[in-house]
Amino acid sequence: MSGVHVSTTVNGDAVEFVCPPGETLLDVLRNRLNLIGAKEGCGTGDCGACSVTVDGRLVCSCLVLGAEVEGAKVGTVEGMAEGGELHTLQSKFIEHAALQCGICTPGFLVAAKALLDRNSDPSEEEIRYALAGNLCRCTGYDKIVRAVDAAAKQLATDATKSGKKSKRR
Amino acid sequence: MAETAPDTSFTNQDFKIIGTRPPRPDGVDKVTGRAKYGADAFAAGQLTALILRSPHAHAKILSIDTKRAEKLKGVKAVVTCEDLPDLTGGNRGMLDILENCMARGRALYDGHAVAAVAAIDAETAKKALKLIKVKYEVLPHVTDVDEAMKKKAPIIQPHIRTTGVDPKPKKASNVAARSQFGHGDIEAGFAAADVIVEESYKTEQTHQGYIEPHACLASVGPDGQGELWVTTQGHFVFRNTCAALLGMEVAKLKVTSSEIGGGFGGKTHVWMEPVALALSRKANRPVKLTMSREEVFRASGPTSSTSIDIKIGATRDGRICAASAELRYQGGAFPGIWGMLGAMTTWACYDLENCQSVAFDVLVNRPKSAAYRAPSAPMAAFAVESTIDLVAAKLGMDPVDFRILNAAKEGTRASYGPTYGPIGIGPTLEAVKNHPHMKAPLGPNQGRGMACGFWFNFGGQTCTDINVGVDGTVSLTVGTMDVGGSRASLSLIAAEELGIPYERVKCNVADTASLGHNDMTEGSRGTFSSGMATIFAARDVVKVLRNRAAAMWEIDVDDVAWEDGQAVAKGIAHSNLSPLSLADIARKSPTTGGPIAGHNETVADGAGVSFASHICDVEVDPETGATKVIRYTVVQDAGKAIHPDYVEGQFQGAAAQGIGWALNEEYIYGEDGRLQNPGFLDYRIPVCSDLPFIDTEILEIPNPGHPYGVRGVGETSIVPPLAAIGNAVSNAAGVRLNHVPMSPPRILKAINAAK
Repeated sequence: MSGVHVSTTVNGDAVEFVCPPGETLLDVLRNRLNLIGAKEGCGTGDCGACSVTVDGRLVCSCLVLGAEVEGAKVGTVEGMAEGGELHTLQSKFIEHAALQCGICTPGFLVAAKALLDRNSDPSEEEIRYALAGNLCRCTGYDKIVRAVDAAAKQLATDATKSGKKSKRR
Repeated sequence: MAETAPDTSFTNQDFKIIGTRPPRPDGVDKVTGRAKYGADAFAAGQLTALILRSPHAHAKILSIDTKRAEKLKGVKAVVTCEDLPDLTGGNRGMLDILENCMARGRALYDGHAVAAVAAIDAETAKKALKLIKVKYEVLPHVTDVDEAMKKKAPIIQPHIRTTGVDPKPKKASNVAARSQFGHGDIEAGFAAADVIVEESYKTEQTHQGYIEPHACLASVGPDGQGELWVTTQGHFVFRNTCAALLGMEVAKLKVTSSEIGGGFGGKTHVWMEPVALALSRKANRPVKLTMSREEVFRASGPTSSTSIDIKIGATRDGRICAASAELRYQGGAFPGIWGMLGAMTTWACYDLENCQSVAFDVLVNRPKSAAYRAPSAPMAAFAVESTIDLVAAKLGMDPVDFRILNAAKEGTRASYGPTYGPIGIGPTLEAVKNHPHMKAPLGPNQGRGMACGFWFNFGGQTCTDINVGVDGTVSLTVGTMDVGGSRASLSLIAAEELGIPYERVKCNVADTASLGHNDMTEGSRGTFSSGMATIFAARDVVKVLRNRAAAMWEIDVDDVAWEDGQAVAKGIAHSNLSPLSLADIARKSPTTGGPIAGHNETVADGAGVSFASHICDVEVDPETGATKVIRYTVVQDAGKAIHPDYVEGQFQGAAAQGIGWALNEEYIYGEDGRLQNPGFLDYRIPVCSDLPFIDTEILEIPNPGHPYGVRGVGETSIVPPLAAIGNAVSNAAGVRLNHVPMSPPRILKAINAAK
């Protein structure tokens, strides 16, 4: 079987790979690009542990083919922290003990970021429905919802502060 | 050793950092995707393995032809049971494990492994599976626990003779064991009753549903040495089991526990790891074997489905005078202890003069049942706590008051034998009674229920090392894996004992070559037993630190005290000596006697039993039968909450699993004996939008058998939800469901039948 040559961007880095036409984006990320943050929990798009974004859209990478991301921008959990600084969602997840075993955590973080990117002030219900495609078996979701809510509020506060600063400038 | 074993009794000490909520030390790894789980290890030259599984519920395997698969380019090894000879020396339990990993002449359930391949990639391995030809003779099957007990039922294990009955049966049956617990005179008790309620219940089979499928990376060389990277709740036990099944020497198989993506008991059992090792040995290459989600459902242990009869008698004044139960638990295709555990827990919440529980462990053509969080207790509690509500109603009593009146207390003889010390059932019930949740108004189609639960908890073999670095940081090495924040709680304990900041401790989970044996992380024992070993290892370190300080000061060690993380010279004679911190002493360690370390090896006895009481509000849609949990409160005794965030997390997670079990989750088998819903789409676990916030109240009734009073907290709260929801549904919809899950069709049927 001949491979497909793909040029894409992952977490801002230009990346090239060759994969069989039937190989999933999840397998490409994990086995070819050494990005193991996305996990395979089901392989059928039911658990969200493999959540990534493709051109800003939240997807289950187990349902996307590697060949489909030619020219796209792929975002994974590995791209959330900037330099040594965790994304607010990441630090709130730790602060609120929103993870136990942690296997679902990368998927939740990617999904929560996709939510906050389009809705900076979600209600509890909006958080719960936005994360309904991500399964967690450890937490009962309680502390996850609280962490996302706290992150949204923190980001809003940070935005206000930097807004004031930029006005002053 | 016995005379030097430390005193494990509870001492009421003032804590400085126990009970605080610092960030977990593995947090950053787990939010950045760096943490490595079962499927996240890679080895040079690794092969990909796949397992061929039986499509039949019960069949004789007439032949397995692997020749064409072996010839396929890229295939490096094919194994069947021929490659896993019986080396168990008559140990039937071990042979059962081996036979479950790979069928031996008979396929006993849909999904039973019959052969496996290792190939250069997944594509090739998939092709190879298709080239393996298995000839089956399909046999009659049985998947229901009550059907399996009938005389004409197909026999699943012809060697089984029911244990626990006299005389010992001559004929094989599917009843592997009968067990009985209780005390008093049941008949006299029922004769004295003013009211008697008798009910029968069924619960369907559920899966632990950990999000991480089983995964391992095995490597065995021609020198007989091997390594296994695996997601497991007990790498030491996995090592011993795999080594025995493969004829390897224990010390020559190093097992490393990966980060574990949930287990809940399901990763205490060896399911496929011996197959990966056998493939690696045959191919002489590292082999990676991961289960698909479908395989997890079909071939790794769910918990039992059950059928339970309950009879409770009470006097007009509200005292239970007799209680009896018959419990039938299926263990899948191999004998288990699940019915026995169910029977032991049946009446554990109550102070009863006359009680009895009789259990049958039954074989069916389903995957081998596994431990699932407080294994077997939720089903028994569903039956008991539903019936308790009925008795209270018949007496015209408030269900909480009725429970308080009959609750077990210190000095109560437990139905399973022992006499209780200080316990939390009464206090959790009082907390429920006084909780604002109990007084909150309810809307139309809404109802409130409550229920209690019990779990034994466990201690077991434990071993912990502490090594002090020259900069005064501390490396804590444990053998129980971190599945929900235990690195944080154990680091807190080490820091508390040594008197140093939490951030100075780094907790590591060691591989089997780096630490002594530790039992499975099961029975809510992680923080209890590794915590206990950590306390004593730290106190061992303090002894060394005092000696070193004495040497540095050139005074007698008896004149050196350890206070607030520093050595202090006692007495006026030494008032000129400034205290030495742990870091001061560590810095000098190369010249004062070398490395500073402490360790502890123990069999951690004294695990304190734990009780919980839950309150639940539901809304039942009378048109569809759909039930929504709208408010939920957990009250549980933790003994002592080391890191309250992660204690709450255990309560919440356990309650959520119980809610899923109560309302949605079930294994659905077709007439053909095949599992029809082996995926998260059709086996639906609760999602974020299904649940409310789950409120928690931690009670702390110290466990007398632990220096800090710790009790295991992980399991108990999966026990009450089934009945709490059943009782709430009954109050909301006016119908009582005796069959779990209370799925919309079942509730709708009950509503329509009641019209």
